[in-house]
Amino acid sequence: MRHANRVAATAAVLVLIATACGSSSNKSSSTTTTPKVQQTIGKGEGAVSILAWPGYAENGSNDPKVNWVKPFETATGCKATVKYFGTSDEAFNLFKTGQYDVVSASGDATLRVVADGDAAAVNTKLLTNWNDIASFLKLKPWNSVGGVSYGVPHGWGANLLMYNENVVKPAPTSWGAVFDATSPYKGKVTGYDSPIYIADAALYLQKTKPALKITNPYALDDTQFTAVVDLMKQQRKIIGEYWSDYLKEQDAFTKGSLVLGTTWQVITNGVQADKSSPPVKAIIPAEGSTAWSDTWMLSTKSKHPNCAYEWMNWITKPDIQAQVAEYFGEAPANLKACSLTTNRDHCKLFGASDTSFYSKLAYWTTPTAKCLDGRTGVTCKNYADWTAAWDSIKG
Amino acid sequence: MIGTGLRRRISRVLWRRPRLRLGLLLGGPLVWLLVAYIGSLIALLVTSLYHYQDDPTGLVQHLSTSPSATNYRRLLDQHVYRDVAFRTIGAALTVTVIDLLVALPVAFYIAKLAAPWLRRVLVVAVTMPLWAGYLVKGYAWRAILDPAGGVLHQVFGHSPGFGLSGTTLTLAYLWLPYMIIPIYAGLERLPNSLLEASTDLGAKAATTFARIVLPQLLPSIVAGSIFTFALTLGDFYMNQIVGGTTQFLGNVVYREFSANLPFAAAYATLPIVIMVAYLLGARSTGALEEL
Amino acid sequence: MYVSRLARSVLGAFTALVLLVLYFPIAYIARLSVNTAKTYAWPPRGFTLEWWRAAAHASGPRDALVRSLETALLASTIALILGTLASFALTRHRFFGRNVVSLMAVLPIALPGIVTGIALNSGFHRVGVNLSLFTLVVAHATFCIVIVYNNVAARLRRLAPSLEEASADLGADIFQTFGYVTFPLMRSALVAGGLLAFALSFDEIIVTTFTAGAGFETLPLWIFNNMFRPNNLPLVNVVATVVVLLSIVPVYIAQRLSDGVVGATGH
Repeated sequence: MRHANRVAATAAVLVLIATACGSSSNKSSSTTTTPKVQQTIGKGEGAVSILAWPGYAENGSNDPKVNWVKPFETATGCKATVKYFGTSDEAFNLFKTGQYDVVSASGDATLRVVADGDAAAVNTKLLTNWNDIASFLKLKPWNSVGGVSYGVPHGWGANLLMYNENVVKPAPTSWGAVFDATSPYKGKVTGYDSPIYIADAALYLQKTKPALKITNPYALDDTQFTAVVDLMKQQRKIIGEYWSDYLKEQDAFTKGSLVLGTTWQVITNGVQADKSSPPVKAIIPAEGSTAWSDTWMLSTKSKHPNCAYEWMNWITKPDIQAQVAEYFGEAPANLKACSLTTNRDHCKLFGASDTSFYSKLAYWTTPTAKCLDGRTGVTCKNYADWTAAWDSIKG
Repeated sequence: MIGTGLRRRISRVLWRRPRLRLGLLLGGPLVWLLVAYIGSLIALLVTSLYHYQDDPTGLVQHLSTSPSATNYRRLLDQHVYRDVAFRTIGAALTVTVIDLLVALPVAFYIAKLAAPWLRRVLVVAVTMPLWAGYLVKGYAWRAILDPAGGVLHQVFGHSPGFGLSGTTLTLAYLWLPYMIIPIYAGLERLPNSLLEASTDLGAKAATTFARIVLPQLLPSIVAGSIFTFALTLGDFYMNQIVGGTTQFLGNVVYREFSANLPFAAAYATLPIVIMVAYLLGARSTGALEEL
Repeated sequence: MYVSRLARSVLGAFTALVLLVLYFPIAYIARLSVNTAKTYAWPPRGFTLEWWRAAAHASGPRDALVRSLETALLASTIALILGTLASFALTRHRFFGRNVVSLMAVLPIALPGIVTGIALNSGFHRVGVNLSLFTLVVAHATFCIVIVYNNVAARLRRLAPSLEEASADLGADIFQTFGYVTFPLMRSALVAGGLLAFALSFDEIIVTTFTAGAGFETLPLWIFNNMFRPNNLPLVNVVATVVVLLSIVPVYIAQRLSDGVVGATGH
């Protein structure tokens, strides 16, 4: 459930970024003038308030071995207060209150946060690990506006297609497998329980229905959106369960009540690690995949900007990145982490440094009325429209 | 501690002035409920008249506070919201009926048939499951309902699987103690002598139950049903765990709460109307008086 | 009332069956707390004490337990006071608007948690109150008032006012009458109401989601934040098992307390 809306938030962010980069007649103050950034990291304020996805800021309270918050406190003298959020929308609403210094925002939240004036531009010169962050994650439409970065990338993951190799034959190579109304796996197909999952259908139609002229799965006008939503409604009939927490999907694939559908690498790893489960495989189909990418953003109302920078530097350190990435199950943004993971193949497994892998991905971005693909003179469906459509898709 | 004399004097004043007594008794609870709760509900109703508008940049939306019926129109225009509402109400009624049918005999056995020591044990046994986490119990029900080799499937060869019936069963399970406890309490209050008199007058057990026990129990049953009905009406987690593709009103409100608060507020007025009507109906039968 | 031996046995067997169903999922969770596989799937597999060892060293669930107890204690105390006051007002007095007040007291529990949750959430936002322990306790106390109110009012209605009048005739003042006559007779109702309120607050998650402040993780929130991560799942099962075992204490105490009174009222 918490991850469902992360997609949405990511999507929102991506939209904002794309629009900003389009250097169109955007009058938003945050995008036209070069924003002022902090010049130095001064003495810590002794505290920092962190808004994070569960798993991003562990203090050892659940497992003493999983702890990178306490060492941060010791090293910097900044006492960390952590609030978890379940969805990108929740993150957006909480961050808006100004009570938090930093947030781990997904691409469907970031642009909203920037446009709303809640996120401060960051001075990348103060980010000690900036140069080690994968270039394909920096200054992207979902975390920058007009060439100015609004945060530091944290980690990312692709939405893969997983299938039960014993049951699903022949092996699928296209997302078409989960959108086929006559699927023999009816009732055993799964989808991601969030409005942002609509982008999966959009991506599929972008590649298979050129007549619709979709160029960005997060920028859909009326006609395109109707076609996409219709496909989703058709898919609903073959869905057995939607998932939003990965325990549920992992259990269902292990037991075999689900055999085909969208997944994250970490879930696939979990199923494969269970000896009693049937063999499963996760692939990026021919059409490519949607994906999420998270960014640590700094609040414009931050009362502890120095500690906030300290946190952003801490959480992007190679060793910390390695810990978080393995614990959470994602690709680290800092590629130096790849040689420090317990499982040496972690980065390979998650495609962290593979150009051919990430080039196939369409990262979650918040859909906005201003079309993210740069089109003008046409209004695109915004995230509220996507949410309303999701209500009716689930029926 | 106040002295005896002063206490007596205060007592006399209070005794002679029932209005003052009432004011002192009622003031705290009334202010609390009005400020904390009714105030919030009114704020929610006001919010339901707001709506979001795209800002000229098309990047963000701004909240427009000029009252409009936008959200209510959407609720009426799109049949999905009606479907979801009916589905949720249907599930709430089903859960209530299941719990009532299960709770009546259990509560009767505990209150009137079990030996005193057993009664004590059983009351504890029925209350304890309330302390086990709701989400954890929900996940345990996945193991029961799983169509691919879950408990039901293995024992009976059939399981309703994940979906509306799965959620309904799980919710009926979760709220059952909330029905048993008030009915048990109601039965416990019912004097045994009354039942004996009925028997002495020649009534069969079934007659006594229907003519004496049930009418006396009505308030307790209504109390229990308010729990089971309302808890189901607002639930959204169980659908995410065992509901397959099913969504309830709560799922929509939860989703829209973060995406479009005014719309969520508008949809939330439906359970408010339903429950107020339910309570008024309960009152007209005299049951709310007894709550 | 005469109940045939057959009917007795059938009812007894049915009660046993219902208890079996009530406890199966809980027993299953307890079993999973020593499961080797990190999954909920049936059937359970293997045996390990690893998770119990891990839980013994985890401060997270302990902190969360303390926060939940703190919240439930504060909320049920407020509810006991306000609920008792309200029940006296509404059962011992007739006044204009009485029905409206009783309806209002019932509303917070009668309205679904999600409505109460988003209403209080937007209410707090409107008046600019940041979410904190305070807002959480306010929210919980609000829906707990009616639990106490229901229990106490039901008892008060059954207490003949003549008892209190007799006490007054014998020269007792209002406070003495309350202390020596009314209170002992309603003690079990208070315990039952208070305990039910405590339990309701302790396990509440929906309203909590909308009203808990930053960093304030109650036990249900801790469970929620951890149970979807397969790595922490076994820990969640251990915690859930421990909570059920711990709950024997308050439930037993309440039972003992109310027992004496039930006997005294000539049940």
